[in-house]
Amino acid sequence: MLAEIGQVLLILALLAAILQSVLPLLGAQRHLPALMATARPTAMLQLLMLLGAFVVLTLAFVRQDFSLRYVAENSNSLLPMVYRYSAVWGAHEGSLLLWTLVLALWSAAVSLFSRQLPEPVVARVLSVMGMISLGFVSFLLFTSNPFVRLLPAPAEGHDLNPLLQDPGLIIHPPLLYVGYVGFAVPFAFAIAALMEGRIDVRWLRWTRPWTNVAWAFLTLGIALGSWWAYYELGWGGWWFWDPVENASFMPWLVGAALLHSQAATEKRGVFVGWTLLLAIAAFALSLLGTFLVRSGVLTSVHSFAADPSRGLFILIFLGIVVGGSLLLYALRAPGIGGNPHDPKRAFALNSREALLLANNLLLTCACAMVLLGTLYPLLADALDLGKVSVGPPYFGTLFLLLMAPLVLLLPFGPLTRWQREQGLGPVSLLMPWAVLALVLGVLGWWLAPQGKLKAAAGIAAASWVAGGTLYYLWTRLRGDGRPKAETWGMLIGHLGIAVFLVGALLVEALNVQHEVALAPGQSVDAGGYTLLFEGVDGVDGPNYHADRGHLQVLRDERMVTRLHPEKRMYASGGQPMTEAGIHPALGGDVYVALGESLGDGSWAVRVQIKPFVRWIWLGAALMALGGLITAFDRRFRRLPEKFR
Amino acid sequence: MNNPDTTPDPNKPHRLPPVAIVLGALFFLGLMGLMLYGVTRSDRPDRDSLPSALIGKPAPAFSLPVLHDPSIHVTDRQLRGAPYVLNVWGSWCPTCRDEHPILTRFAETKRVRMIGYNWKDEPSEALRWLEQLGNPYMVVIADQEGRTALDWGIAAAPETFLVDGSGIVRWKYSGAITQDVMDQQLIPALEKVEQESGGHKGAPDLGAQR
Repeated sequence: MLAEIGQVLLILALLAAILQSVLPLLGAQRHLPALMATARPTAMLQLLMLLGAFVVLTLAFVRQDFSLRYVAENSNSLLPMVYRYSAVWGAHEGSLLLWTLVLALWSAAVSLFSRQLPEPVVARVLSVMGMISLGFVSFLLFTSNPFVRLLPAPAEGHDLNPLLQDPGLIIHPPLLYVGYVGFAVPFAFAIAALMEGRIDVRWLRWTRPWTNVAWAFLTLGIALGSWWAYYELGWGGWWFWDPVENASFMPWLVGAALLHSQAATEKRGVFVGWTLLLAIAAFALSLLGTFLVRSGVLTSVHSFAADPSRGLFILIFLGIVVGGSLLLYALRAPGIGGNPHDPKRAFALNSREALLLANNLLLTCACAMVLLGTLYPLLADALDLGKVSVGPPYFGTLFLLLMAPLVLLLPFGPLTRWQREQGLGPVSLLMPWAVLALVLGVLGWWLAPQGKLKAAAGIAAASWVAGGTLYYLWTRLRGDGRPKAETWGMLIGHLGIAVFLVGALLVEALNVQHEVALAPGQSVDAGGYTLLFEGVDGVDGPNYHADRGHLQVLRDERMVTRLHPEKRMYASGGQPMTEAGIHPALGGDVYVALGESLGDGSWAVRVQIKPFVRWIWLGAALMALGGLITAFDRRFRRLPEKFR
Repeated sequence: MNNPDTTPDPNKPHRLPPVAIVLGALFFLGLMGLMLYGVTRSDRPDRDSLPSALIGKPAPAFSLPVLHDPSIHVTDRQLRGAPYVLNVWGSWCPTCRDEHPILTRFAETKRVRMIGYNWKDEPSEALRWLEQLGNPYMVVIADQEGRTALDWGIAAAPETFLVDGSGIVRWKYSGAITQDVMDQQLIPALEKVEQESGGHKGAPDLGAQR
């Protein structure tokens, strides 16, 4: 019965999506308030149906209804309960259902928190979101239905991909999707404004918190994925420039650009067309990411589906959505920005506008660079240039080139005035901080036992950003009173960048790695620690067998902790999974991964000391926190003058 | 998607410059075309396999112990004289299980020498695997550390190479051999090799030193 209920709910969701995309838009174009008023109820109906379908699929997993093919393929009776819930989004069909559900949640949120907006704008925004949902629900129903029956039902299912049987991976996809899909709100708003043919800066104020929240969640989702890769894959790396990582990173970069350009547009009325284009681009890149992950076009640890009909469906949908939006943009955007010769909007080269423009250009260039690197293997193949793979050398070098000026300019941004700066203001204000950063950098160069240049660069860059940002906070506290939430968000986000820089550059510079063969009783020294290998024994988990190593971590003859890296073989077969043993600390992790047994009782063990690696995720968390705090500035929430 | 149009031409405020439109459209269509190309070939299991740099070149020199008796070593020179198929597998590799029946059926035709290349495996596990599933190979060589595998450019198992009588690599496949791959690729490639060598078909003795 369950499968049929789910099926019916999906069909109803499709109908609701049709209503949501057609009726309100018709109402807005024809000025019919009764039709415009259908926007909110249809969005809620849509949410209800999708939530129902999602609950049904979850129930099927919890009850282990292997007559559903999707359940049979992605779980078995040994699967622990918590992973039965997360298995719902463990593969293609379910994760698409989650995508669609998240979109419905965003639509419902828009319909709840849009009272300040004029009805036609709400109708158009929700209608555009309904169209996107329409595409995804039909994708679910026609090519990726999670409710397909498997008859006769098997007695036992396969298994959830063991890589996904991990607490981090339970919440990674939902967070990522909340971010990805959240860009649908600024996108729908941009499309609505283009349809309307005019834009009111006050509407833009309304979209800013939505972009901020979506971006904050995307940041958390990416950070969580990176953290998972760090402890689960056993290599100790935290970013691999894998196509799917890039797929989530591109909307992040453009989203970061959008945050800044929206602020400039809202406050100064500049970059209107550019902001609309970025809003379209951010969501287009989210769709592109979904396409790259779901179509299996590129090789990656994440790509599952390699069914061309699915890829083709998303591609056509992507083409319609993005092509249509860009066409609309080309037709309407030039007329929308108001008079470009308005003297109020002019700005000098040494103004905050110019700095924000530089920020935007650098971030979008970085995104274009990631896009090129991600697609280049496909391009080379299509043009018969042979098979290539683009890896860290390309991304690392170019990214550094583009981010260095961004980091350099960052502290100037908040300290520079809008329109025109008087004289050398911020430069002279920040001079002491630049000197301090250089001194600390030299000190780092002096003290670092290895990777001196990177360590110095990391310390200098981080202290420059942190110093400049804190100095700005000090001037604000001393000057015009308490900073607003928006300012606090900006400060915390920028401090997050400083913290991230410490982690990313210092772990690169100071990482220590030893691959050793250890017999019980032997020990290895690494980065001031001594690791004493006690041996390996076998343990059985609920659905796997593991070899578990035991090591004592000693510092100055005293035991700090014991680590238990594992190598797991899941009952369902497949390659062994590593579970690294990690002693986490702000100053640096001790990271141990268990390799192969070498016979004669000794084991290959990889020991790494990862200085400051935690700061990477701490920095990302601060950036996300900054985005969220900004979103909750009262200025955005105030129920103001009704504007129409 | 990142239309580089940031500052519209001030003289024509109500239209995007045509250059920007044309460039944007070309970029977008190009991207879509590229994706389309990617999609149409996304179901090919070998879509990411590198066309081995070895094809048309001599097989790398090696000397590896026999799995069943490590005191005996087999070298690339000993294998020359007639074509052979080198199949890379490991008992840890579930995909190798999938192609096993197809390889076994092919081996029964005794058309070409099948050499098993046991890669990064535990000898006892490998032997048990062969006992359970049957041994289609004329001989299995073991590369426990995977050092020779680097010379062959082996990135993942299973992989299958066809080497001709003069020791030149002629064909390679990454991933499990299916019946289609067998019929449409391996067998035609083998026929070509056989024709070139003047119809010399018989598989000579391995000639391993005992």
